[in-house]
Amino acid sequence: MHCAVVVFPGINRERDMARALRLICGREPAMVWHTDTALPAGTDLVVIPGGFSYGDYLRCGAIAARAPIMAAVRGFAAQGGLVLGVCNGFQILCEAGLLPGVLMRNATRRFICRDVYLRVERSDTPFTRGFNAGQVIRVPVAHGEGNYVADAPMLARLEREGRVLFRYVAPEGNPDPAWNVNGSAYAIAGIVNERGNVAGMIPHPENHVEADLGVTDGRALFAGLVDHFKAAAHSKRQADEFAGGTR
Amino acid sequence: MRARVTVTLKSGILDPQGKAIEGALRSLGLKGVASVRQGKVFDIELDDGDRKAAELLLKEAADKLLANTVIENYRVEVSG
Repeated sequence: MHCAVVVFPGINRERDMARALRLICGREPAMVWHTDTALPAGTDLVVIPGGFSYGDYLRCGAIAARAPIMAAVRGFAAQGGLVLGVCNGFQILCEAGLLPGVLMRNATRRFICRDVYLRVERSDTPFTRGFNAGQVIRVPVAHGEGNYVADAPMLARLEREGRVLFRYVAPEGNPDPAWNVNGSAYAIAGIVNERGNVAGMIPHPENHVEADLGVTDGRALFAGLVDHFKAAAHSKRQADEFAGGTR
Repeated sequence: MRARVTVTLKSGILDPQGKAIEGALRSLGLKGVASVRQGKVFDIELDDGDRKAAELLLKEAADKLLANTVIENYRVEVSG
């Protein structure tokens, strides 16, 4: 799996993300600067990590969403390429219109820096195939603007189309307002786009991938993506062999 | 040519900052404040030219960047 991690001024989680990707897919990701106008050839997965791009000026992710590299990210997504935005990355994807809705100031008006529990709502996407549907995972959050907001028709559509990937829940897995730490609509922690190739999430799975830190619940997200690309490559090889055999 | 773009939250959008400011005004002893919602003002200097063109330019600026039209409204005023 060839990964590209996009870095804007003020992003500060790119090294955590690169480390997680390196550990789990065994390949150093490409670090792509925001003024670049193209992604590396052969990129399988684009990741937009967390931080405070452009100091959160104007709105979180607003200026990053209009940076030069985003034209290439859009093109990549339009061709079905996989894109994952984490925290500020999720905000950037929403501002870029690649995901619906907006992340607003936490309802409690506090910056929240703690572990939360997420229920993985479905396991049949490249981003969640490493988990079981309904599985509860423990992942850290660190954000001041993670309150997911969208208009009522869009929220209904997200639910109806199964586009909520992760939801804030109590440790036992049940919905509980006390565990919806930022007040997000329907306790939404992560979503996917209509086509299923662009995902965004507020929590940081990349920080729970190493046994030394005690929790490795985030590992399966990245391992599942590696499996996705392995399976796709295998299918292609089989198709190529079959095509060769019938000649 | 001077212009001002004012960006405000759409009604129904939760404004925790507005609520915090409301509380602070109250704790200062200021009575009669029913509610506060916080917005943004952009003062923009434009090259001199056509007023209509300026309004279109600012509208585009607001639609494309200054406002997130999912949650915000805006008002454009061109003076001079």
